[in-house]
Amino acid sequence: MTNKWFRAVGLSVIVAASLWVPQALADELRIGFLAPATGSLAQIATDMTNGFRMYLDDHKGDFHGAKITFIVGDTEAKPAVAVLQAEKLIKQNHVNMLIGGVLASTGYALAPVSTREKTVYISSIPASDNLTQRDADKYPYFVRTGWTSSQPSHPFGEWACKHGYKKVVTIAADYAFGYEVVGGFQKTFEACGGKIIQKMWPPINTVDYSPYISSIKADADTVFILPVGAGTLQLPQQLMEAGIIPKMHLIGCGTSFDEFILPHMGDEVIGAISPLQWSAALQTPKAVAFVKEYRAKFGKVPSYFSESNYTTAMIIDAVMQETHGKWPGGEQFIKLLTALKVEAPRGPISFDDMRNPVQNIYIRQVEKKQMDGYPNAELWNVVIQTYPQVSQFWTFNEAEYLKEPSYTRDYPPCKYCE
Amino acid sequence: MDARFWLLQLFNGVSYGALLFLLGSGLSLIFGVMRIVNLAHGTFFLLAGYVGLAVISGTGSWWLAIPAAALAIALLGVAMERLFLRPLGSEPLRQVLLTFGFVLLIQQATLDIWGGSNFEINPPAALMHSLVLGGLYLPLYRIFIIAVAAAIGVLLSLVLDRTRAGAVVRATVDDAQMARGVGIDTSRVSMLTFGLGALLAGLGGVIGGAFLGIYPGLDFEILPLAFAVVIIGGMGSLAGAAIGAIVVGLADNFGKVLFPQASYFTLYAPLVLLLAIRPTGLFGRE
Amino acid sequence: MKGHRKPLAVLALLFAVAVLTPHTTPFVLLLVTRILILAILAMSLDLLLGFTGIASLGHAAFLGLGAYMTAILAVRYNFGLGWGFPLVILFGSLLGAATAALFGLFALRARGVYFLMITLALSQCVWGLAYRWDSLTGGDNGLNLPGRPVLGVIRLGNDTAFFYLVFACFAVSLLALYLFVQSPFGKSLVGIREHEVRMRILGYNTWLHKYIVFVVSGAFGGLAGVLWAHVSSEVSPDDVTLATSVDVLLMVVLGGPGTLFGGVVGAAIVVFLREYLSTLVPWWQYVLGGAYVLAILYLPDGVLSIFRQRPPPLAAGPVSAEALTPSPGPGDELKINQGGIE
Repeated sequence: MTNKWFRAVGLSVIVAASLWVPQALADELRIGFLAPATGSLAQIATDMTNGFRMYLDDHKGDFHGAKITFIVGDTEAKPAVAVLQAEKLIKQNHVNMLIGGVLASTGYALAPVSTREKTVYISSIPASDNLTQRDADKYPYFVRTGWTSSQPSHPFGEWACKHGYKKVVTIAADYAFGYEVVGGFQKTFEACGGKIIQKMWPPINTVDYSPYISSIKADADTVFILPVGAGTLQLPQQLMEAGIIPKMHLIGCGTSFDEFILPHMGDEVIGAISPLQWSAALQTPKAVAFVKEYRAKFGKVPSYFSESNYTTAMIIDAVMQETHGKWPGGEQFIKLLTALKVEAPRGPISFDDMRNPVQNIYIRQVEKKQMDGYPNAELWNVVIQTYPQVSQFWTFNEAEYLKEPSYTRDYPPCKYCE
Repeated sequence: MDARFWLLQLFNGVSYGALLFLLGSGLSLIFGVMRIVNLAHGTFFLLAGYVGLAVISGTGSWWLAIPAAALAIALLGVAMERLFLRPLGSEPLRQVLLTFGFVLLIQQATLDIWGGSNFEINPPAALMHSLVLGGLYLPLYRIFIIAVAAAIGVLLSLVLDRTRAGAVVRATVDDAQMARGVGIDTSRVSMLTFGLGALLAGLGGVIGGAFLGIYPGLDFEILPLAFAVVIIGGMGSLAGAAIGAIVVGLADNFGKVLFPQASYFTLYAPLVLLLAIRPTGLFGRE
Repeated sequence: MKGHRKPLAVLALLFAVAVLTPHTTPFVLLLVTRILILAILAMSLDLLLGFTGIASLGHAAFLGLGAYMTAILAVRYNFGLGWGFPLVILFGSLLGAATAALFGLFALRARGVYFLMITLALSQCVWGLAYRWDSLTGGDNGLNLPGRPVLGVIRLGNDTAFFYLVFACFAVSLLALYLFVQSPFGKSLVGIREHEVRMRILGYNTWLHKYIVFVVSGAFGGLAGVLWAHVSSEVSPDDVTLATSVDVLLMVVLGGPGTLFGGVVGAAIVVFLREYLSTLVPWWQYVLGGAYVLAILYLPDGVLSIFRQRPPPLAAGPVSAEALTPSPGPGDELKINQGGIE
């Protein structure tokens, strides 16, 4: 009996010890970083953490007097796990802010947590439109340093129509991000005279697209793709195997050909055109230097996931500069952040009144070439046009735009589908 | 949606079914002989893909990678059975749960060794073309998968029906106690069958690597489909696994095309009905 | 005297948990709340596995149904966020029971591993609907609940208040299930587990017994689901996957099948290992996997067997080979079946 008592006491001591966590020190900034380190998006998590860490290391973990404690939580790309990790970071690790997440579903699950726990949540990746549009009031602690799903799609729709694309079939992942990317494209593309004649929605992580590919209408001239998760490599390949490309043009969301996956792709994507606020082939001095440093450090070219988080670190540093290294509290932090103008590797960024970035959107085309400073010919997203300082509302009147319904599976309606 | 469309869907469904046959036949045999459900079967499938990648990057040969990876997984299966499952021989439920413990261990190991990225095995350029038949584009690689699965199926059924070893296995499946009674070493049969099941899963994994990709999470995504194959076909029956695989491949494919909103439901609901009518599946024993 | 020691120990432990937990860190409070909810689910599975000897791989379905029902009512019909909440708890349990009543008609036609497979297929149906029926369930995005219910002055948004609600539900469930298994009906379940054929010879309608247990088990699963929806204020298809069903099964086996309280212990072990260890070391999954393997090899009756004063009533262990081999059908009572006669 005494043996058991000793065991119980011993166990309690160990448990108690492991539960104790030091409180935050003064002039310390505790950052909770959420990324899907396990699962089909693990490469993205690596890019995200590398991007942020590179800035941290370049500045020796010190943002103008604030010592940074950087804690990473694994969301496993599941909203339920993301919420639990967020709560752990807030309640156990006493972080001042949360950063990250990847999928729209994670963004939608974390935003309420930020309101509930009154903790800043900087979304460097989740692009779900409404978090900084129709639902912006619900989430006062939510700010974006990345983009909204439809932000690049608006100029792209116009661009595509002006460059002769007429009948488009879309194959996009069946969730909010897919709906919004396609919806934004459809709005401007059809306003200018183009037609979307078919929309297909495979689930995230689809790897076998044959049911969808074999249904593509024969009279289309272009395929717009947005695979998410496991099938990102497979979709262009299967399109080529089925003879759809290069017969038809290949365009898509920027993430379909982003540098996180581009090095693994083959010749099937040469000529593919997509819009995004970043390209590793951007030729501004800041971008070139960033790409060079990142590549030397991590052995691969930085994707938009890397750049977005690097720039987030840069933005936080800029705020810390103004507060001389002291944490000003959540509300003030957001106020200072949204008043900033920064020169990021992707170009100049400022923020609109709904806490979303206003930034350049680049139309890029995949080309195989040998870029300056690198020995071999590789696939790059060469910038062929720049739309400067695009906001999430494009050229629309903000108030009018917000009155319209959100982009969903069925909105805008597919007028030209049979 | 003309005849060509339906033919293409049929072809796609059958090729997916071929892959599932490789996966499901192993699961079915393991159950037939050992009466356990191998929850690590999807993990064998995935691990084989990773091993195949390693072989390719080491030797540059895709043709070598296939048998090498399959054998590696077979050895792992045999080791698992001998060291961990055998001591629990009389308690199938604990064996089932044990296989899940291995899922966790192997999942973590693959994450540590290969990281979390999506990979793909690139088959030789020769197989990357498509056969164009009457306006239909039939990727050669899918034809290859069907051919391999068919060959394996024929080989397995020949071995089971015509050889002594096959007779021993069939005896154990039918009645292990009687088999022991006539002097068959059933624990050795279990070990070899588990190894064979792992081999088949491994074969499927390295071939499927070009088709489905290789990434953490694939194991648990493909496992329910393997179960579906075995449920329909009945456990312990090779012919059942073949039919089950084709049914699942077709149901999955057509479900996605015709009823995208309910695609998984259309797969599993008929399964439930089938099991309710014939609890042991179409060709199952007992 | 000896017989009273265990319930007293359990009561003391529960009392300690109820009083002490809110005074630990907020995160531990959250974890314990989750453990208690999962414990309800695990105990309901233990009814099937530990007491009746039938293993199910589809228990996540009941959790999912209860959770999704709660979320859909809250998000689409604005119901259950106030005084309607107790009704939601009732509805969740009823939905779980009703679903089990439906599933049971199919599932109980099969035995052993076939039962395992059919319960898996059933829960995959539920998962498939959750995943693809976007307009109702939000599909992949899941559903975000607007917040925990407010009943007058009781704001369940306060983690401590929610903890006490969950604790109350857990305590009631534990008591109810305890009374259930101690009743003559409950004791007959053990008889079915040990030798169904004998029970049938004795005149018991074993199918009906199993069916009732299945329905009761579904009811408590649904209850757990309702609470689960409010833990993180969101539900997603991940709550209904095969991995979740296996997790619950493991909790029961780790803790000790056939003990009811074993489910609680198992839930605590799994959650703490997963959530705590993962913050300390990157190789936590090896520990988790290794713990499972070792426990299954060397602690066949679960962790609680360490505290057992005497060996369990039947030396073969609560879960025998019979749990998985199909017993003979009616009319076959006299045939020798595999593994039945040791």
